Amino acid sequence: MRRSMLFIPGNTPNLLINGAYLGADALIFDLEDAVSPDEKDSARNLVRNTMKYMDLRRCEVIVRINSIDTDYWKKDLDAIMPQKPHLIMLPKSGCAQDILTADAYMTEVEQRLGWEKNTVRLMPLIETALGVENAFAIASASPRVAAIFLGAEDLTADLRCKRTKGGNEIDYARGRMVVAARAANVDVYDTPFTDVNDDEGIRVDAEYAKSLGFTGKASISPRHVGVINEVFSPSQKDIDYAYEVMEAIRLAHEQGRGAIALHGKMIDAPIVARAQQTIAMAEEMGVGKAADHE
Amino acid sequence: MNNKVVSSLREAIELTGLKSGMTVSFHHHLRNGDYVLNMVMAEIARMGIRDLTVNASSLFDIHAPLLQHIENHVVTKIQTDYMSGVLGKAISRGIMETPVEFRTHGGRPSDIELGRTPIDVAFIAAPAADGMGNCSGKYGKSACGSLGYAYPDAMNAKKVVVITDNLVPYPLLDWSIPETYVDYVVTVDAIGDPNGIVSGTTKITRDPVGLVMADRAAQVIRHSGLLKDGFSFQTGAGGASLAAAKFLKDIMLKENIHGSFGSGGITGYMVDMLNEGCFQSLMDVQCFDLKAVESIRTNPRHQEISASHYASPSARSAVVDSLDVVILGATEVDTDFNVNVHTDSNGYIMGGSGGHSDTAAGARLSMIIAPLFRARLPIVTDRVNCISTPGRDIDVLVTQAGIAVNPKDAELRQRLVDAGLPIVDIHELKELAERTTGAPTHIAKGDRVVANVIYRDGTLLDTIRNVPAK
Repeated sequence: MRRSMLFIPGNTPNLLINGAYLGADALIFDLEDAVSPDEKDSARNLVRNTMKYMDLRRCEVIVRINSIDTDYWKKDLDAIMPQKPHLIMLPKSGCAQDILTADAYMTEVEQRLGWEKNTVRLMPLIETALGVENAFAIASASPRVAAIFLGAEDLTADLRCKRTKGGNEIDYARGRMVVAARAANVDVYDTPFTDVNDDEGIRVDAEYAKSLGFTGKASISPRHVGVINEVFSPSQKDIDYAYEVMEAIRLAHEQGRGAIALHGKMIDAPIVARAQQTIAMAEEMGVGKAADHE
Repeated sequence: MNNKVVSSLREAIELTGLKSGMTVSFHHHLRNGDYVLNMVMAEIARMGIRDLTVNASSLFDIHAPLLQHIENHVVTKIQTDYMSGVLGKAISRGIMETPVEFRTHGGRPSDIELGRTPIDVAFIAAPAADGMGNCSGKYGKSACGSLGYAYPDAMNAKKVVVITDNLVPYPLLDWSIPETYVDYVVTVDAIGDPNGIVSGTTKITRDPVGLVMADRAAQVIRHSGLLKDGFSFQTGAGGASLAAAKFLKDIMLKENIHGSFGSGGITGYMVDMLNEGCFQSLMDVQCFDLKAVESIRTNPRHQEISASHYASPSARSAVVDSLDVVILGATEVDTDFNVNVHTDSNGYIMGGSGGHSDTAAGARLSMIIAPLFRARLPIVTDRVNCISTPGRDIDVLVTQAGIAVNPKDAELRQRLVDAGLPIVDIHELKELAERTTGAPTHIAKGDRVVANVIYRDGTLLDTIRNVPAK
C-alpha cells in the first residue's frame, strides 16, 4: 500500500531520523533538488547510513537520485543500491531511453551485488513537456518501472505557465499520466500540493487527483500526509461492498452459477479485481467489515 | 508626606531597615532584560549586608552576578520558581551550602501569604509609577504588561520599594499595585533592557516534526470532549505549543466555538484568539511579547491577574482550577508520566516548574508535547532525574511517534482511539526512542542536595543532587 509519499531532504538529519514517524506509507529521501552541489556527498552518505542503521518501521523507502545528465547519479546508485531501497526515483525522465540508461546501470549494480534483476524498482519522475508526451513509453520502457510520478513545479516552468492552486495548467498532464500508467499497468502518483499551510486546499487537491485515477500523492509537508492517506484509502462503504462482491462470487461458485449479479448489477472481472485490491488495502490498514466493529 | 520618592536606591534600602539575615524579594516580568535585581543586590553588597535570602519568582542568565554575591556570602539562600542555565549550572556544581528552594508559581504566593516564606523587603520593578507608589507594567519604555507575580510580594512584605524609570504625576491611573502597599519609590535611568524584557514576536515552530506534534495536540483537544462553548485554555510560549494553539484556533473558528478564557503567560497568539472570538477574556499573569503588552494596555477583556489568583493552592479558588486544557513541555517524561522540567540530560538545573505543576493539577486535561528524542537522548525514560510535576496530574503525552494516555484516563483514551488518533502505550514510546538512541546510561549524581523541589502544597516533591566534577 502506497497512498502517500513524503519527501525528506537528504541533508536534514532531524527529518531523516523522524521520517518513519510521520505517517507516510513511503519516504522519498531526496538527493536531488533539496541538496546543493557542495552537499551532494554528505547527503548521499547520510541517506545511506539512515537506511543502513535506522529502523524505518513500515515505511517503504524511495530514493530520488540525481538525473542522468549529472555526474552524481551513478555515485548515488553505487551508494544507495546496496541498502536495497524499494524504489529509485529518476528525475527528469524525458523518454524511454532515459529509463533504459538507468535500468542498465541498476542491472549492473544488482549483478555486482549478486541480486536478481529488478530487485530494486524504478519510479520515473515526469516533469517536462517531453516527458508528459512520452509518458506511456516511459511507463512501459522496462519491467523495472513500478510507477510514474508527476512533478508539476518543473513541468509548469517548462510549459512557461504559472503554477496555480487550482491546477488547471496541469490538467492535461495529469490526465495523460494516468492513462499512460494504466495502459502500462503501473501505479501513478500525483504532484505535491505546495501550500503547506492550506489545510483545506490539500484535501481538495488530493480528492481531485483521486477522482482522476491517481494511485496516491506525494507531499513535501508531513502535515499533508494524514489527509492524503485518508483520501486515498478505501471508505468503509467501499470495503463493505468489496466483501459483498467476494461473498457473491463465493456463493455463485458454490451454486455453479456463471453470471453473478449484486444489487441488480452484473459483477465482471474488473469489479472483482477492484474488490480484491480494496480488501488487500483494508487488511493492510487493519480495517475490517463494518459488522466486525459492532 | 508629599510623596515617597527617595533620592537613591541606597537611601531606600537604608530606610527599609534591611539587615543581614533578612529576605529580599523580586519578580521576573522583566525576564532576561531585568536590571533591578542586579542593581539592588550590588548596592546591598556595597552596604556590607550579608547572609540574605533572595526570593525571586524566576531567575535568568542576566542575574549571573548573583554568583559573586553567593561567593561573598551576601546571598546564602535562594527561593525561586525557575532558574535558567548559567545560575543553574553553578548551583548544580554545589556553590551554595543551603539547597535552593524551588516552588511553583502558585506555591510561591501561597507560602508567602501563609507566612511560610516571609519577605522583609520586596523590590518592585515598575515600568510606570507615581510618587506615592501606584505602579503599573503597562506603560513606559520598559513596559512588560502584567505585574502578576509582584502582587503577593507587595501585599505581604514588611517593606516595599518601587523602582521605576518612568515616574509619572500622581495619580497613575489603571495601576496594578496600589500605593497602599508601597513604602518608598526610587527612580533610576533604566529598569531593564527592552530587548530582553519581551521578545518582539513569539513564533510558531517551522520544524515539520514540531508541526506534526502540534497538529496531533490540537486533535487531542478537539476529540477530548472539552472543546465546546465555554472552553478554557493555556499554553506556553514554546514553538510547538504555539503551533498547537494556532491549529486549535483554526478548529475553534471553523466550528464556531466560543471559549471562556485563555490564561497564563500570554503571547500574541493568545491575543489573536481573543480578538478573533475564540475567548471571552484573557487572564494574564505575565506577558511574553509586545503584542500581549499592547493588548493588556488597550483591551479591557485582557485582564491582569495576581500570582495567587492565577495558581495559588491556598486561595479560595484560582484560575487554574477552572482550566479545561493546558499544553506543557518537558525535558523528560517517565513511564509513570512524571515530568522533569528542572534539570537537563546531564543533571544540571536549567529550568523549574513555573506554573507547570499548578496548571497540571488544575486543568481537566494536562497535555505534554515533547519529541521522542532530542539530539542523542530519548525523552521518555524509566524514571525522570527530577520529578517537577507528578504523573498523576498528567493526562496525555503527544510525540511524533504517537500519543500516550495515562492509564487513569480510560474514557479519554477511548475517545481518542475512536477518533482514529495514533494511541500508543508510553512504554512503547520509550522502546521506540531507545531503538534509535540506545538506552542512555544513568547520570552520576553527587551526594549533596543542591535544591529541593517543593510541590505547590508545600510538601517536598523531590531533591536535586550536585553534579560531581569529572
